[in-house]
Amino acid sequence: MTELTHNPIDYTALTEQVRSDQAGAVVLFLGTVRELTGDRQTIALDYDAYPEMAVAKLAELEAEAREQWPVTEIAISHRLGHLELGEVSVAVAVSAPHRGQAFEAGRFLIDELKVRVPIWKKENWADGTTEWVHPGIDAPAAGDST
Amino acid sequence: MTITLRLFARASELVGQSELELELAVQSTVGNLRAQLGRQFPQLAPTLPHLLFAVDNDYVPDAFVLNDGASVVAFPPVSGG
Repeated sequence: MTELTHNPIDYTALTEQVRSDQAGAVVLFLGTVRELTGDRQTIALDYDAYPEMAVAKLAELEAEAREQWPVTEIAISHRLGHLELGEVSVAVAVSAPHRGQAFEAGRFLIDELKVRVPIWKKENWADGTTEWVHPGIDAPAAGDST
Repeated sequence: MTITLRLFARASELVGQSELELELAVQSTVGNLRAQLGRQFPQLAPTLPHLLFAVDNDYVPDAFVLNDGASVVAFPPVSGG
């Protein structure tokens, strides 16, 4: 099960969704809104997505994880919209017969999500400026055309 | 030929629109589209080499040939999670 949602993520319910008598291991990863990036202070994050493709890519990731590990269940939920400090932006829950498989599949899912699924975050900095986060591209400096 | 282009995140912010129609030569590739965007929107320059393109919910390389009427999506590297 993979989804995008504008509502707070119920990660307890998400974890229950993957629990099974067939699985001896359950791993839950949560991404949460962090206050400090280096010495810059975040007030909030805004998440946007290209929803049709994001949903397709999340389903693709689930299928790829199932090909590589004997996963029992997978549940991924990514939040969109305005998130305050500490809120959960993404939850990845994986169950498998043994813990190594669950950890590895969970690591694969969150790592690939972050490079492949069309979702973007915009920083709301404490100094009042906002800035889209695009790994590998420096933010354009105000008034700087170079 | 005409294609429609949807833009997201900083690409949309820099262009000032989230959707536009573009005229391209027949048999244009994604690489041609990238070059045309650079000419039409100089403010995209620092972002242009990093832009990712997608058609039918899948990433497409610069060599991908576009059809007339294609719906193309472009965005800078993703930052979910």
